[in-house]
Amino acid sequence: MYLGQVIGTVVCTKRVSGLEGARFLLVQPLDHQRQKAGPVEVAVDRASASPGTLVFLEGSREAALACDPWFVPVDSAIVGIVDEVDT
Amino acid sequence: MNLCRVLGTVVATEKHPAFHGRKILVVQPLDEKLAPLGKSFLAVDNSSSAGKGDVVLVMNEGNGARQVLGDKQAPIRSLVMGVVDRLDVGSR
Repeated sequence: MYLGQVIGTVVCTKRVSGLEGARFLLVQPLDHQRQKAGPVEVAVDRASASPGTLVFLEGSREAALACDPWFVPVDSAIVGIVDEVDT
Repeated sequence: MNLCRVLGTVVATEKHPAFHGRKILVVQPLDEKLAPLGKSFLAVDNSSSAGKGDVVLVMNEGNGARQVLGDKQAPIRSLVMGVVDRLDVGSR
């Protein structure tokens, strides 16, 4: 799991089956000091996030497990909205 | 599994149901000399006693994590498995 900030939305009409209804957001991964940690990625939103929100994401196979149906080709999913990071 | 230092906690109200009631920690991977190695990430605390500054054992493999949690579909990959008391490195 890692932290990220939602920086935008992705509009994508034609998509593979299984991903109908999925919401795609643009996310900048961050470290615990909220510094950029790697390139911007597209993540499926499973926590009703919006641009500007600090979120936490799950990658690889676990990202697909966060989706419904869960057997989908997804490699990054927003699984929670961060209220506070206490470090 | 990896050695990590707990940097702090993450507070999240709105989250996937699999995370309900679970503590989320920010952890920094360490080398055998306990020096930081690579980028920090988040892990679910299964030891229920790890706190800021502790050196912990973190499993970074989803199937193992799900086995420990007893939930075959939990979208959880990183799990704090224990709190390290001491490391002995090298031979005498």
